[in-house]
Amino acid sequence: MSDVATLEPNQAAPALTAKDFVTDQEVRWCPGCGDYSILKQVQTILPQTGIPRENIVIISGIGCSSRFPYYMNTFGMHSIHGRATAVASGLKASRPDLSVWVVTGDGDGLSIGGNHTIHLLRRNFDINILLFNNQIYGLTKGQYSPTSEEHKITKSTPMGSIDHPFNPMALAMGADATFLARSMDRDPKHLQAMLLRSNAHKGASFLEIYQNCNIFNDGAFEIYTEKSSKPEEVIFLEHGLPLIFGTNKDKGIKLDGYKPEIVNLADGHSASDLWIHDEKDFFKAQILSRMFDNPAIAGHFPRPFGVFYETERSTYEDQMKMQIDEALAKKGKGDLNALLQGKETWVIE
Amino acid sequence: MSVSTKILEEVVIKFAGDSGDGMQLTGSQFTNNTALIGNDLSTFPDFPAEIRAPQGTVPGVSGYQLHFSSKRIFTPGDNCDVLVAMNAAALKVNLKSLKQGGIIIANIEGFDSKNLRLANYPEGVNPLEDGSLNGYELYKVDVTKMTREALKEIQMGVKEKDRAKNMFVLGFVYWLYNRDLNSTIAFLNDKFGKKKDILDSNLKALQAGYNYGDTVEAFTARYIVEKAKLPAGSYRSITGNVACTYGLIAAAQKSGLPLFLGSYPITPASDILHELARYKNFGIRTFQAEDEIAAITSAIGASYGGSLGVTTTSGPGMALKAEAMGLAVMLEIPLIIINIQRGGPSTGLPTKTEQSDLLQAYYGRNGECPMPIISASMPSDCFDAVYEAARISVQHMTPVIFLSDGYIANGAEPWRYPQEADLAPIEVSFQAARAETDPKFMPYKRDEKLARPWAIPGTAGLEHRIGGLEKEDITGNISYEAENHEHMVKTRQAKVDMIANYIPLQTLDSGPDSGDILVLGWGSTYGAIKSAVLDLQAQGKSVAHAHLRYLRPFPRNLGEMLAKYKKVLIPEINNGQLVKIIRDQFMIDAIPYNKIKGVPITRTELVNVISELL
Ligand code: SF4
Repeated sequence: MSDVATLEPNQAAPALTAKDFVTDQEVRWCPGCGDYSILKQVQTILPQTGIPRENIVIISGIGCSSRFPYYMNTFGMHSIHGRATAVASGLKASRPDLSVWVVTGDGDGLSIGGNHTIHLLRRNFDINILLFNNQIYGLTKGQYSPTSEEHKITKSTPMGSIDHPFNPMALAMGADATFLARSMDRDPKHLQAMLLRSNAHKGASFLEIYQNCNIFNDGAFEIYTEKSSKPEEVIFLEHGLPLIFGTNKDKGIKLDGYKPEIVNLADGHSASDLWIHDEKDFFKAQILSRMFDNPAIAGHFPRPFGVFYETERSTYEDQMKMQIDEALAKKGKGDLNALLQGKETWVIE
Repeated sequence: MSVSTKILEEVVIKFAGDSGDGMQLTGSQFTNNTALIGNDLSTFPDFPAEIRAPQGTVPGVSGYQLHFSSKRIFTPGDNCDVLVAMNAAALKVNLKSLKQGGIIIANIEGFDSKNLRLANYPEGVNPLEDGSLNGYELYKVDVTKMTREALKEIQMGVKEKDRAKNMFVLGFVYWLYNRDLNSTIAFLNDKFGKKKDILDSNLKALQAGYNYGDTVEAFTARYIVEKAKLPAGSYRSITGNVACTYGLIAAAQKSGLPLFLGSYPITPASDILHELARYKNFGIRTFQAEDEIAAITSAIGASYGGSLGVTTTSGPGMALKAEAMGLAVMLEIPLIIINIQRGGPSTGLPTKTEQSDLLQAYYGRNGECPMPIISASMPSDCFDAVYEAARISVQHMTPVIFLSDGYIANGAEPWRYPQEADLAPIEVSFQAARAETDPKFMPYKRDEKLARPWAIPGTAGLEHRIGGLEKEDITGNISYEAENHEHMVKTRQAKVDMIANYIPLQTLDSGPDSGDILVLGWGSTYGAIKSAVLDLQAQGKSVAHAHLRYLRPFPRNLGEMLAKYKKVLIPEINNGQLVKIIRDQFMIDAIPYNKIKGVPITRTELVNVISELL
């Protein structure tokens, strides 16, 4: 039993469908919660990945989103508040053969568990982090979260919150994440594409998903999700394509040095002048992560969605395995008798 | 003048100096050498309270006490026969534990006006000169000068040369006890082989110290302590933390489980992390986590995946891990939590020993959260105790707390090391894969030990969800149902209680099986209690000694055993913890004896305490 079996996808097994990932547990989110859509998209894409169900592990912390594992017919652990990332790190380090997913929220992953999130990212475990950001504490019934906007009036902040919010993308960038993307609950197609990209990335994937909490923070992302405002407020990033947005696809982002500016294509700017999105460009990704304006401010930038950045860096678990292999090659397989005996011994007759 | 050779039964020597003087290395080298000639031995490294206390001051004193003997011994000794004092502060701190008439070997340079001032001796007072040490055999040795002299050919700075002072002292002590230098020469070659100057300076200083004994006429006697009559077998010297490391590796090998350690550095537990990190060729994964919480939760993740998950820490780290321990109790998966106790509360006394986390181990979690607790009594016992902790953990599907402390973690003794084949096998099995047509998998269905199956990811058909919310019996689904909760609380307790059926009965360490006093101990007080009780038995007193390895659950016969004595005395290095639990569980008027000074209880004080009760 010393080597935990590495299980390859069973080619003979019939292809799975989304239904195969549904459990018999009643889903307990509030009706209308954005979590339903995210659950559905995950169940939809998993069959496409070809990973056998038993090799998928979903680990969550505490919060509304963290009930996710109960609804997924895979292996799952609903752990403790903020620690899903750390549990997942230990699992992936010891079982690189598994497909490990972390489902967390803005409170779980950025407040109580913020420390583990950044350390997972810098270590670059091949784990997919799905951060459901609803900018509120739902499970504890409506306190502000570390991503809530300033001056937010909640039960714990009757005069408005005085906390400056985290910018999750900038935070993940600062922690040297090797894959960063943003999506939203209300755009199933985009979300599915981002989930598949997160899964395909070898290394830590940080996918921020804007999720509506219709009970305690309804409409927090309406401006990005509603048909009427979405075209003007959202810019979809696509590798190799210019940054264009607007109802009539008539606006773009241009870089003046390292300063982005919004230009009107009708004003004689051509698409070739625009910022061409390059997922591999670390510096431009930083600028994208900082396009985080309050949409109430005039002249604000649209919010980017899509893959901000992807790079390759060896994963923690691979390097750990390499060190073990190297030690084995150098010293040979550990000999317990030799270890217990050590170098200096004496005999009592 | 000729030098005579005297045979001694036992010696307690203490090497003391500034933390920069290399006393720990000197002490451990002398220990190795002592072990190799076959003496029984016990050591007590006494680290300065502050890692970077100012040089030459009292808080900066580092000591290493070694007791060696031609008969069986169990403690590092209450008082010293020989004190090596590298400076005035070292003398000041340790003089009180030197026996009347004992030998002082003092490094003259460490008693210059600056060092005397730093050690807070009054202006103009030098204990080496004022006759205050007349009751001792005082040898003033100009270690610094002679070390420099010995190294004059070597091209290196004076500061570097002075670093070899401790080797001069060691060489001299080797001479005093009729030893050869080979073990240390081999060690130095191994350690400094590539740094020629440093190697040469150390070797030369060592030899010079030895020659000094031969040439000066101050010393009229050399001493020999003969081989001890230990049980026959092959021995090595081992410290508690290394024994603990080996116990974990052995448990992993014998169970066939890969070992995963999640740990955050903390005194005095870090050595286990360091040691385990060296044995990657045993397939061991060590993960230095970002904090104590990640250390334990990563180990939980690994354990969930089918590894032998371990986390190591000391008191403050235990406090941080409490919530995650509760998770492991709910998940009912194996996990070994190692607490090398130190003085508390809060940051407390990081380098000093204490047994004050027993109640924390028992009760320090939210909810009804029982976990087995195992403790080690001697450095080498850490091997067997942690091996047993691993066996219980994987066979009963429960996290287990293993308690050691700074005293046995850093202390060394001879160890009759086992062969792999002698170790009891640890049988483990994972839940087997399930076909579509098989009955539904029930993650919380239990076996006769009340243990649930270990169903690891990657096993087809076993997909299931577990977590920290209350479980429904058998299915493991979330359940808030009142009856179920009570049932599950009681079941988790019963599972831990039932371990009593799978551990040995409590035996007496020594003494009559009924009588006046039973001294009941746990952990590192073993040596002192054993020695004190044997002394009293030799005087014909009706005193017995039992030492607990299993603290939760207790062995089945413990209550019966306790009832057979008029008095039960419980000595602990805390403010009375085991005594509370014993009173609670057995309703007996157990008598506490407590010492909370960051140092072990001595044999002498215990002899007095017990005598007063007789
Ligand atoms: S409280 Fe908000 S986030 Fe939580 S389930 Fe209800 S709608 Fe969803």
